[in-house]
Amino acid sequence: MSDLVKMEGITDLTKIGAELISQGAEAKTFKLNYFGMECIIKERFVKTYRHPTLDSKISNKRILQEIRSLNKCKKNGIDVPGLLFVDIVQTRIMMEFVNGITVKQFLYNNCENNYQNTQTPEIIRICREIGQQVCKIHDLNLIHGDLTTSNILLRTSTNNSTVFIDFGLSYTSTLAEDKAVDLYVLERAFISTHPNSESLFNEILQSYKDSSKNSPSVINRLDQVRLRGRKKLAFG
Amino acid sequence: MVIVMGFEGSANKLGIGIVKDDGTILSNIRHTYITPPGEGFLPKDTAEHHRSWIISLVKRSLTESGLTHKDIDCLAYTKGPGMGPPLRSVAVTVRMLSQLWKKPIVAVNHCIAHIEMGRLITGAKNPTVLYVSGGNTQVISYSLKKYRIFGETIDIAVGNCLDRFARVINIPNDPSPGYNIEQLAKKGKNLVELPYVTKGMDVSFGGILSNIESIAKNPVRLKEYTVEDLCYSLQETVFSMLVETAERAMAHCGQTEILAVGGVGCNERLQQMINQMVSQRNGQSFAIDERYCIDNGAMIAWAGYLIFKNNITTPLCETSTTQRFRTDQVEVTWRDD
Ligand SMILES: Nc1ncnc2c1ncn2[C@@H]1O[C@H](COP(=O)(O)OP(=O)(O)OP(=O)(O)O)[C@@H](O)[C@H]1O
Ligand SMILES: [Mg+2]
Repeated sequence: MSDLVKMEGITDLTKIGAELISQGAEAKTFKLNYFGMECIIKERFVKTYRHPTLDSKISNKRILQEIRSLNKCKKNGIDVPGLLFVDIVQTRIMMEFVNGITVKQFLYNNCENNYQNTQTPEIIRICREIGQQVCKIHDLNLIHGDLTTSNILLRTSTNNSTVFIDFGLSYTSTLAEDKAVDLYVLERAFISTHPNSESLFNEILQSYKDSSKNSPSVINRLDQVRLRGRKKLAFG
Repeated sequence: MVIVMGFEGSANKLGIGIVKDDGTILSNIRHTYITPPGEGFLPKDTAEHHRSWIISLVKRSLTESGLTHKDIDCLAYTKGPGMGPPLRSVAVTVRMLSQLWKKPIVAVNHCIAHIEMGRLITGAKNPTVLYVSGGNTQVISYSLKKYRIFGETIDIAVGNCLDRFARVINIPNDPSPGYNIEQLAKKGKNLVELPYVTKGMDVSFGGILSNIESIAKNPVRLKEYTVEDLCYSLQETVFSMLVETAERAMAHCGQTEILAVGGVGCNERLQQMINQMVSQRNGQSFAIDERYCIDNGAMIAWAGYLIFKNNITTPLCETSTTQRFRTDQVEVTWRDD
């Protein structure tokens, strides 16, 4: 407990031995050895470009949303990092360190010749699992909000099973439209990050479709969202 | 030495530019079709504007650069994306000149031209590109011979959102609605709460526009906020969303450089916010001024040169135009990284 108490007063986490492992759009992510246990601390810091009122509003909303959604997923059997500690004042959350790599890294490592061959059985299995898990998340009426291959990890200890992270942009909604946009975000991130991966995204969609009775309406909606995306390209 | 003349007319700006193979800009002139306050530009009238100005602009650009048509090696024009009639009126002129002067033609994607012009002027090597204009809002990153779109608007473009708001509050379209909003915003103080909609690397502006429109039309709310406050709040909100998604793409792609292009890219508040963002992550930002940021002929000439230098030309029968032409459809033949 003493370290946790200490952590509340500390502005620079590297001073207690935390190692910065990534800086996203919102947060710095640190790794810390906490009494022999590897932990992740995600710290949202003030974005100077944003108006202070807007910034604190967004930041506070997102940290709460991240906590709520992690709990909701965990309760419903969707693998997410276990939440360990929350510090609302310093907008930090501490969670389980998942030993593994991101799906993005996995695809970089395993797609041969600049993505000429993306169809290994392991990759297909992972894609099908992603589709199934996203569907489970949506069935909880939860929208992830930032589905990318950086935000899905593969847990080494359980043979690369998927772990979903980064729920800062998540929110609750029952609408097929919101779920479809969530899939659209994933599709776009997938295809732009991983060339020639259209067939992989189709695997994701297929297993999404197979996983719930609610899926067909979402998939139908996805077609409309895609069309809107292409159509609005008018002039420069 | 290769010299290319570029023709741009995908929206309300008609631009002719002449560029040399080393990137020197010999001439870059523009004539903008400006509509009265409260009115947008219609395709038919814009095409009419382009038709009536294009010949005099071509002549002026030759005079300005001290060249004759004999010195030109290739004609580059915007194939798309853009508004059909204006695009076509420019393409027709280019086809005519090509036959008159016996010069080859190269068709250019407008968005790609913005990116390549930005790289030319700033020297940015491999930046995440924030392409923001009246018709487009995209976050782009290059890999494996394509400019790939990581994020974009899921409804209207950011420039379109600003332009439409300018019409609601009836401010002039001269020199551009966005510029006038920027000036008013400088005098704004109070932040009005507006929706803030980012979805991963995507953004949406439709809800913000209808929200701020309703405030602007509501006499009660207008007692609380001035028009300057509204412009200020609109900018603060939509630009924050853009910078956030651009940063997310930088993090996702592992890039350290960012380049803003397109008409909205010359907004100084947006540039300042981008600078603040990169300074918090030890990155570098690149920006260009209105001469090269806003649609212009030189950018089409330069992108045309990049294609032409590998001996690629567009046969006359294929010099059509298209309203939809995605950035990631183009094979980037001129980059080897
Ligand atoms: N629990 C965890 N275990 C192992 N690695 C993690 C964990 N959480 C995050 N990471 C690593 O840190 C990176 C960033 O984390 P995360 O996606 O939560 O933040 P972010 O992208 O910076 O957030 P935001 O998009 O809200 O700005 C991940 O891509 C992943 O590589
Ligand atoms: Mg992330």
